[in-house]
Amino acid sequence: MHGFLAKAFDPASLQKFRRAPLPRSYTDYLGRQIFLLLLTVQGLAAFALITLGVILKKSSVARGVIQPRIRQELNRAGVSLMPMFIFLALALGFLVIGQTVAALARVGATDYLGSTMVIVVVRELGPLITAFLVLARVGAANVIELGTARALGEVEALEALGIDPVHYLIVPRVIGMTLGVFALTIYLILGALASGCLFAFLANVPLTPGDYLRQIADALDWLDFVLLALKAMAFGFFIAIVTCYHGLAQPLRIEDVSRVAVRAVSQGIIVCVLIDAVFIVLYLVA
Amino acid sequence: MNEEGVHPVIEMRGVQVAALGDPLLIVLANVNWSVLPGEFWVVAGPQHSGKSDLLMQAAGLMATVNGTCRVFGRDTREFDETQITERQRLGLVFADGKLFNRLTIAENVALPLRYHKEFSDEETARIVEELLELLELTPYASLMPGNVASVWRQRAALARALALKPELLLLDNPNGGLIMRHRQWLVNFLDQLWHGHEFFGGRPMTIVATTDDLHPWQNSPRKFAALHEGHFTVLGAWGSNEFASNHIVKELLAEAAEMEKR
Repeated sequence: MHGFLAKAFDPASLQKFRRAPLPRSYTDYLGRQIFLLLLTVQGLAAFALITLGVILKKSSVARGVIQPRIRQELNRAGVSLMPMFIFLALALGFLVIGQTVAALARVGATDYLGSTMVIVVVRELGPLITAFLVLARVGAANVIELGTARALGEVEALEALGIDPVHYLIVPRVIGMTLGVFALTIYLILGALASGCLFAFLANVPLTPGDYLRQIADALDWLDFVLLALKAMAFGFFIAIVTCYHGLAQPLRIEDVSRVAVRAVSQGIIVCVLIDAVFIVLYLVA
Repeated sequence: MNEEGVHPVIEMRGVQVAALGDPLLIVLANVNWSVLPGEFWVVAGPQHSGKSDLLMQAAGLMATVNGTCRVFGRDTREFDETQITERQRLGLVFADGKLFNRLTIAENVALPLRYHKEFSDEETARIVEELLELLELTPYASLMPGNVASVWRQRAALARALALKPELLLLDNPNGGLIMRHRQWLVNFLDQLWHGHEFFGGRPMTIVATTDDLHPWQNSPRKFAALHEGHFTVLGAWGSNEFASNHIVKELLAEAAEMEKR
């Protein structure tokens, strides 16, 4: 039993297990899916811990190589996405304020505009939309780049040079994406709140910018800032972990890359939703 | 340690070599082999005979399935990040170069220096420039590997492996796909490294190269071994009885002669 499990948890065996013929009975099929899910969760957790270990242990190793790589990843998962996020922030502010003002004005409850914006934009839509967009734009590219590098043997080339692939390929991506998602979330929220204010002004809503900002400030709690920061960084960290894990942690052939990219994006979405659910519980408990 | 009291650079005892892509597939059984400092070994074998896998095993990139594989006296099972100094004593050139496609040729060569050494940018640039010049790669320095012919990619991979001035150089089929002029250049260059090149302080280098074409290595004072159907056979020097009577050697030489005629 021990040998079987050891073999099953080995990435090469996992590939074979995944490609094995479809079982005839539904219970066998369900069992296989549950087993695969557990293996993936175990693999992701191990990969996340290894990455954290390397970040801590090698913080002073090869700074001249790793720091420019972090800046490069931060640019890719942050700065270069700014134009798209400015557009999105404008659209989000207009949509949410437009719909909310129309709905609240009907019941005479425009005083709740600030708290609605905080709940919808600050707590939920801002971080979640940022996470999904970064996952689609950068996470998918991560899997393809790393998967191709893995399939072409670049990982072995790094090991032959005595360079830890996790340190060189993964750490910059994880740090870059964690900081990138955090920064983009803040910009998206600020942009959406500002464009909401602009809409209220343009649409002649009976709400002064001062009242609007005061309502938002009143609705914001210190916990919002703490949990928002933690949530945004958790999204960035886990998107990077999921996409890097699928791209790098298993032996791949070049024809596997597209299939693995689709799987990584799907799992990235699920992980983001699960993290969001955890934070909803935290908000409710706190 | 052998009878003369010299520690082998590579020592394999009863090693089973698995395929790099599939650790469950054994490609070579019971390999017993010692490479002493300053030796130049050529391991010959037809395609898919396990040459690359043997080299990956010797480089410590694969876990040993059975037996003991020691490089510089260290078991390759311990060849993880804690043995980084030992790892830097070894240079490996893959059959297809395996350059990093997102870095230029010069950046590829500079990477091990920038990662392992605390040189200034100017010092790194100077070493890279000299190394590129030595391997006639200067015109390609700023190009991406995808924009360079395979022969220059192969040379860039050799330059990258030499950047840390290794004591042991492993080359996987370095003559594969090369035209006569480049083959000749490579054999001469490896001979210079073997005898001690001034760029590397005149220190003789231990070299192991695999090949499926024995022609460029003929009549040389190197040591030879052959791989066939999962077996590793030490043949000794070119022209020795064992070498001359080995059927893989005969096959490879006949193939080379036929190619030459065409």
